[in-house]
Amino acid sequence: MHQFLQQIFSGLASGAIYASVALALVMIYRATDLVNFAQGEMAMFSTYIAWTLMNAGLPFWLAFLITLVVSFVGGMLIERVLIRPVENAPVLAAVVVTIGLLLIFNSVAGWIYTYTVQDFPSPFPDRPVFGALMTTQDLGVIAVTLVMLVLLFAFFRFTSTGLAMRAAAQNPESARLCGIPVGRMLAIGWGLAAAIGATAGIMVAPVLFLDPNMMGGVLIYAFAGALLGGITSPVGAVAGGLIVGVTENLVGTYLIASQLKLTVAFALIILVLVFRPNGLFGTAIVRRV
Amino acid sequence: MMDKSATFIAPETLAGDRYAGLTAGAWQWIAALIAIALVAALPFGLSKYHVFELTMVMIYAIAVLGLNILTGYNGQISLGHGGFFAAGAYTAAILMHRYGVPYWATLPPAALICFVLGVLFGLPALRFEGPYLALVTLAMALATPQLLKYFDTWTGGQQGINLAKPVPPAGLGIDRDRWLYLVVLVALLIAMRVAANMLHGRTGRAFVAIRDHPIAAAAMGINTARYKTLAFGTSTLFTGAAGALAAIVIGYVSPESYSIFLSVSFLVGSAVGGIATIGGAIVGGLFIQFVPNLANDVSDAAPWAIYGLAMLLFMYLMPRGVVGSLGPWINRALQRIMPHQTAFDDGAKE
Amino acid sequence: MAAQRALNTGLSALGFILAGVLAAAAGQYGPGVSDTEIKIGNTMPYSGPGSGYSSIGKSLTAYFAMINDQGGINGRKINFISRDDSYSPPKTVEQVRKLVEEDQVLLLFQSLGTPTNIAIRGYLNDNKVPQLFVGSGADQWNDPAHYPWTIGWQPSYGTEARIFARYVLKNLPNATIAVLYQNDDFGKDYLKGMRAGLGDKANKMVVATKSYETTDPTVDSQIVALQGSGANVLLTAAIPKFTTLAIRKVYDIGWHPTQFLNSVSTSVGSVMKPAGAEKGVGILSAAYTKDPTDPQWQNTPEYKDWLSWMKKYNTSGNVADAFAVYGYSTAQTLVAVLKACGDNLTRENVMREAVQIHDLKLPMLLPGITISTGADDYAPIKQMKLQKFDGRTWKVFGDIVSGSGG
Repeated sequence: MHQFLQQIFSGLASGAIYASVALALVMIYRATDLVNFAQGEMAMFSTYIAWTLMNAGLPFWLAFLITLVVSFVGGMLIERVLIRPVENAPVLAAVVVTIGLLLIFNSVAGWIYTYTVQDFPSPFPDRPVFGALMTTQDLGVIAVTLVMLVLLFAFFRFTSTGLAMRAAAQNPESARLCGIPVGRMLAIGWGLAAAIGATAGIMVAPVLFLDPNMMGGVLIYAFAGALLGGITSPVGAVAGGLIVGVTENLVGTYLIASQLKLTVAFALIILVLVFRPNGLFGTAIVRRV
Repeated sequence: MMDKSATFIAPETLAGDRYAGLTAGAWQWIAALIAIALVAALPFGLSKYHVFELTMVMIYAIAVLGLNILTGYNGQISLGHGGFFAAGAYTAAILMHRYGVPYWATLPPAALICFVLGVLFGLPALRFEGPYLALVTLAMALATPQLLKYFDTWTGGQQGINLAKPVPPAGLGIDRDRWLYLVVLVALLIAMRVAANMLHGRTGRAFVAIRDHPIAAAAMGINTARYKTLAFGTSTLFTGAAGALAAIVIGYVSPESYSIFLSVSFLVGSAVGGIATIGGAIVGGLFIQFVPNLANDVSDAAPWAIYGLAMLLFMYLMPRGVVGSLGPWINRALQRIMPHQTAFDDGAKE
Repeated sequence: MAAQRALNTGLSALGFILAGVLAAAAGQYGPGVSDTEIKIGNTMPYSGPGSGYSSIGKSLTAYFAMINDQGGINGRKINFISRDDSYSPPKTVEQVRKLVEEDQVLLLFQSLGTPTNIAIRGYLNDNKVPQLFVGSGADQWNDPAHYPWTIGWQPSYGTEARIFARYVLKNLPNATIAVLYQNDDFGKDYLKGMRAGLGDKANKMVVATKSYETTDPTVDSQIVALQGSGANVLLTAAIPKFTTLAIRKVYDIGWHPTQFLNSVSTSVGSVMKPAGAEKGVGILSAAYTKDPTDPQWQNTPEYKDWLSWMKKYNTSGNVADAFAVYGYSTAQTLVAVLKACGDNLTRENVMREAVQIHDLKLPMLLPGITISTGADDYAPIKQMKLQKFDGRTWKVFGDIVSGSGG
C-alpha cells in the first residue's frame, strides 16, 4: 500500500512537469490552431537564459522575471517572423517549420552551452513532506502549474483579449471583420505560450537538471497529456499531464515487463482516447456540410 | 488543407492531338524511357560510395511515397512511419538471418506483413483526426524501439542482426553496390507505377474526396472507413518494403536505427518534396539523404541547426513542396510546346 | 572449439607479424598517409539523443591539434576527420563508407557507440581497415578470432560489473541486490555482468531490477519500486544525469542500501555535487581514470598539463567533464601506436602495433593502471580500482582489480 501511494505521489510530481508544458501547448493550439513541436526546446532555451543571468549574479526572482519578458518578446517575434510566412500555407508546412525550430533551438543550445549537465537552483526548499512521499520542491511545481492554469483559464474566459484570441484562432476572417487585429493576437498567443514554457522550464530544471536534451522526453509526455485532456482545454492539459505521470509510474512499477513501460502507458492513453476521441475535457468538433 | 495532386506524367490528353507526329502518350513514353535509361546508367559513372548514397535516396523515396499516399492524398497525418519501416526491415532481417531466405524473396512477405499491420493500425485510427492521430502514430514510433529491444530472441535485441551481403548474379559482372542500386531502382519504378495507377483511378479519387470533403464523400456513397483503412495499408506496404530494402542494403538492423527522428524525417521529406505528389517523394528522398550531410559540412558544432534552417527555407520558399510548387510553372512552360497538355495534374484550385 | 579459436588467433597474429615484417622492409604508406599527413576517421553523435557524448569528439580534435602544433607524429600532421552519425547505425555505415572510400582514411578511431560500431565492424574487417579503440564498453570488442581488425579500449561494462559482484560476494555475503539500468546495451551489460559475477547465487541475490529509457524525465518511480523489494544493495548502471537523479531520490526516500555506481557516472563535479555531496557518502564505484573535479589530483603535474591543454586547445570543453579526460587518454593511446609505427604506416602495421602495446602509462589513468594488448588480448585496459566517496572526493582502496576478460 505504501508503495502504491508513493508511486501515485511520485507520478503527481512528474505529472506536474508534463502538465506545465502541456499548458503551453494548449495555449498555442488555442491561439493558432497549431501544435508547436518546438515548445519543449523553447522552454529549455529560456531556462538557459535564466541560468546565464543567475550565473552573472542576478538573484533568482529577478532572473526569472527578465527571462519571462525575454521569452514573451521572443515568442512574439518567432510568430511574426518565422511562423507568419506559412500561416496561409498548408498545415504541414507550419508543422515542418516547428520541427525545424526544434532542431535549431536544440542544436544552438548545445553549441553555446555544451551538453554538460548543469545544476539549477530551485526557489523552493527541498524538504520531505507527507512522510517522505513528496518534497516541498514537488509541491512547488504543482502549485506553480495550478497558478498558471488558473491565470490561463481566467484569461481566456474573462478577458476581452482572451476572447479576441479565441475568435482569431477559430475564424480569422470573421474576426478581422469584427475589427480584431488577428496578427497581433497570434503573436500574443505565441508570446504567452513562450512565457508559460519558460516558467515550466525554470520550475522543472532543478528536478531534471539542465541540459539541452532536458525537454525531449518531457515534450512527448506533455503532448500525450495535452491530448488526453483535450487539446483545447487548459484544465484538460493539467489533468492530462497529471494522469500521464501517475499512469507512467504505476505501469512502470506493476507491469512485469517494465521495459515496455512507455509502450503500455501510451497504449492505455490511446485506449482512453478511443472512447473519448477529443480528450477527457475537450470539446467535440462539430462538422457542418 | 493539403495540396492538390501533382504527378509526373499525368494522362490528361485530348485524344488524337499529335505533336510533331506523335501523340502525347507516345511522347510520355519516350521521356520516361530516356529518364530511366539515364538513371540506370548513372551508377557506372560514379564511385561506389555515391552509388550507395543514391540507393539510399531511392529507398527513402519509396518510404516517403508511402507517407504521401496516406498524408498527402488521404489527409491522415502519420508521425509513426518509422515504425512500419522498422517492421519491414526486421521482417526481412529475420527471414534472412533465421530462415535463410534469399534477400530478394524477403520483399513480398515484408510488404504483405506491413500491409496487414497498416490495416490493423488504420482501423482504430479511424477514430482520430489531426493532432490526436498524430499522437496515436507517434506512440507507434516510440513503442517500436522498446518492442524491438524486448522481443530479443527474435530481433537480436540491442545487438541487432547482422545480415549477409547480397551477392550479385555471377553473369553480369557488376559489383554489389551497383547491383543493389539497380534492384532498388526497379523497386522504385514499380512503386511509382503502382502508386500512379492507384492514385489516378477510382481509389485515388476516393482518397482525395475523403481528404477534402469527408461528409460529401460519404454522402456520395464512398465507404470512408474502407478507403481510409486501405490508404493506411497501402501506405505502410510501401514504407515497409522500403524498410526491407534498407535492411538489405545497409546489412544491419538494430532498435537504434529506427528512432522517432526517422519518422519525423519522413514527414519532413514528404513536405519538402510535395505531400500530395508522386515525384515529390524522390525530392524528399534527396532531401533526407543529403541535407543532413551538407549541414554537417557547413557546421560541425551545430549541424542540426543548419538542417532546421534548411527546413524553414524550403517551407518559406515552396510551402507546397518542390514538386507541388514548381508543378504549375512546369505545366505552363509545357503549354507553349504542347497546348492542352499538362505534365502535372492541376486539380481544382483552392 | 578453443583449439580452433587459438589456431585462428595464432594465424591472424602470424599474418599481422608477417605483413609487418614485409612492410617494414620498405617505409610503406597505407591509404591516407603521405610524408606530411596521416588521415584518421571517426564518427561521433554530434546531434540527436547521443549528443551528450559529443564532447569526446571535441576533445579528440583538440588533442590532435596540440600534437600537430608540437610537430605532429614523426613529422606528419594528423588530419582528423570526425563526422556526425546522430547515433544512428545506418548513418554510421554511410559515414564510415565515405571516410574509407572517399576520404581514404588510414584507420577508424574511437567511433562511438555499441550498435553503431557493430554496424560497421563487418565492413571494416572485410576491407581490412583498423577499427581502433572503439568508444564503447561492450564485451564484444575483444574478439580477435572473428574480428581481428577491431579492438576496444576501456574496461568493459561486464568486466566492471563482475568486479562489483566479486566485492559483494566477499564483503556482503548476505546481500540482496536491486539493479537500476538503462534499457540499452550499456545498462544491460552491467546487469548481465553482475549476474555472471555472482554465478549460481545470482538468482537468489538479485531480487529486483528496473530499467529506464533516456526519454524518461526522472527515475523516481523505479527507485521507489526498487526500495519496495527490500534490497540492501543497489547497483545503478546509468548515465550521469540519471545517476544524479537516482542518488538524490534514494536519499530522499530514506533508503540506505550499499550503492554501486558505474564508472561512467562518478564525476564529483557533474554527478556527486549536483545530487548533493552528503547524499553520496559511502557510495562505491570503480575507476580507471582520474576525475578532473576530484580535489586529490588538483595539484599534480599530470592534472596541470591536462588543464593547460583544456584551456589552450579544448576551449569549448568543460573542465568538470570526465569525457574530456577520456578523449585525452584515448587520443594519447593512438598517438603512441602511430609513433611506434615510424615510417611504416600501412594498415597492417598499425594493427600490429596496436596489438603489441606493453604497459603503456598515461598521465590521466589512475596510478598503477596501464595499457597492454596482445595477439589474443584485445582488451587494452583490464584494470580498475575500487573507490569510495567520502563526501568530498573518491578514495581508492584495495588493490588493482581486473575482471576476467572477454
